[in-house]
Amino acid sequence: MRMTRAIGRYWLAAYALLFMLFLYLPVLLISVFAFNNSAVPAFPLAGFTTKWFGTLAGTVPIHQAAWNSLKVALFTAAMSTVLGICVARAATRYAFRGKQMIKGVIMAPLILPEIIVAVSLLIMMLRLGLELSLVTVAAGHVLFCLPYSISVLVAGFDGFDRSLEEASTDLGETAFGTFWRVTLPMMMPSIISSLLVAFTVSFDEFILAFFLGGTSPTLPVYMFAQLRFAAKLPAVLALGTVILVVSILLLIVAETYRHRAERRVKFEGN
Amino acid sequence: MSQPGTIVINPSAPVRQRAERNDDERKGLTLISAPFFYALILLAFPVLSVVAHSFWTQNYLTIDYSFTLENYRVALTEPLYQQLLLRSLRISLTVGIATVMLAYPMAYFISFYGGKRKGLLLFLVTLPFWTSYLLRILSWKIILGRQGALNTALMSAGIIDEPIASLIYNSNAVIVTLAHCWVAFAILPIFVTLEKIDRLLLEAATDLGDGPLLRFLRIILPLSATGIVSALLIVMIPTVGDYVTPRLVGGSEGIMIANAIQSQFGRASNWPLGAALSVVTMASVALMSGLVVVVIRALVRLAR
Repeated sequence: MRMTRAIGRYWLAAYALLFMLFLYLPVLLISVFAFNNSAVPAFPLAGFTTKWFGTLAGTVPIHQAAWNSLKVALFTAAMSTVLGICVARAATRYAFRGKQMIKGVIMAPLILPEIIVAVSLLIMMLRLGLELSLVTVAAGHVLFCLPYSISVLVAGFDGFDRSLEEASTDLGETAFGTFWRVTLPMMMPSIISSLLVAFTVSFDEFILAFFLGGTSPTLPVYMFAQLRFAAKLPAVLALGTVILVVSILLLIVAETYRHRAERRVKFEGN
Repeated sequence: MSQPGTIVINPSAPVRQRAERNDDERKGLTLISAPFFYALILLAFPVLSVVAHSFWTQNYLTIDYSFTLENYRVALTEPLYQQLLLRSLRISLTVGIATVMLAYPMAYFISFYGGKRKGLLLFLVTLPFWTSYLLRILSWKIILGRQGALNTALMSAGIIDEPIASLIYNSNAVIVTLAHCWVAFAILPIFVTLEKIDRLLLEAATDLGDGPLLRFLRIILPLSATGIVSALLIVMIPTVGDYVTPRLVGGSEGIMIANAIQSQFGRASNWPLGAALSVVTMASVALMSGLVVVVIRALVRLAR
């Protein structure tokens, strides 16, 4: 009995390792070829170079696209976190009719095929006579990132102890004072985590930006357009490496804050 | 407030509870109204307008608003669209099943043997899912290409002499790429249901003489069926409408319904037909999801 369990465990651990390789190797290859001294991504490797990164610095459209992405992602992160706080607070603190239905509508972009969301928004915006721009992209991104923000925030708000707020009110704080001095500080880690996650999702999002961006490309849209030119591939890979590194760093920070949020609520709440 | 002689009665508990509930209701609805209206205006109304467009007709630059089912006739009977729709459904079902099979042992490992590192392992597994979707697809274009990483690696290792052409530009390439993109997402719901399984049940089964295999088939697998169903659905539904993967690695043999939808809104400029194709896609993936749920429930009943 114990023998078979030990063997099962051994196989599972081996599988887990292979799984991680399958998950990470393809992404890692992008960075490997970004440093490869050859215009085509192929083996054997042709030696180390950083020249592809050098071309990034000198390409003005990339800076423009990066600036576009940054503006959209900053706005999206702020908006989806503010709206997400409302939803997470309402969902974890109050019982009200229609809660599941309302949550269902708000969370729907998470599982709808993205092309459907993009096409619907495109039709509506053009019908309303809106000009496609970064504003329309950001409007779509807030919708798309909101479910992610909510998931992060609900995890942090869940288990929040009401009696702390009641104590603050009993001790004479106003409703706003209680929110500002008790509720908000407790929720800060998950709020920061939501900001970072929404920023990353928006920064990396392609379909909505592609459909709703008009003539203002974000970074992913710019990269997609460059894929038509084989000669531009190494520069795209270098750009991709930069984006990957930035995304992963942001996500690690977000995770640290999320973790801290959960611990803090559990520790101080109970 | 209380005059001498009157008795102050505390509001009875049910009354107070009702008042509190009403208060909760008002506060909750007020809080959630802003995001709800945002989602209504930017999601519900647009989706309804897609449905409306699907019953109209494109007349060059203007739209004829008289009701017609012509777009649905074209969407459902034109061989090209039939083929694309069936292929998209087949690809998304295959990807769903593949991701669940790949994700299950990993979720199992984390849940049963993760120990103190559960959180870290989950984070590592889901991390790639959060990074750029375009880049993950691009990495498969680089791996599978005719002069790509896999072919050139195998050739320089002397395993093959000629590059294998069939790696890329077909539906298998799309399936591999999508499975890689979505597998991390499938782990979460499976992991959550595995975590909920009472470990005492497993000990009981062992005490009653079930071996590891029987125990897995009769207890763990049926109890995690809801996780399997959610994992299948959250992978199948989005992948049926994937646009970038078929564009980058699908070639003409691997293009999917989303590519046809996009071209109706781009070059072909026939919004009503594009809208009808979108509605048909949503309806058929909903139908397929329903069937999957029914089949899995039946299997669970059989296992018990």
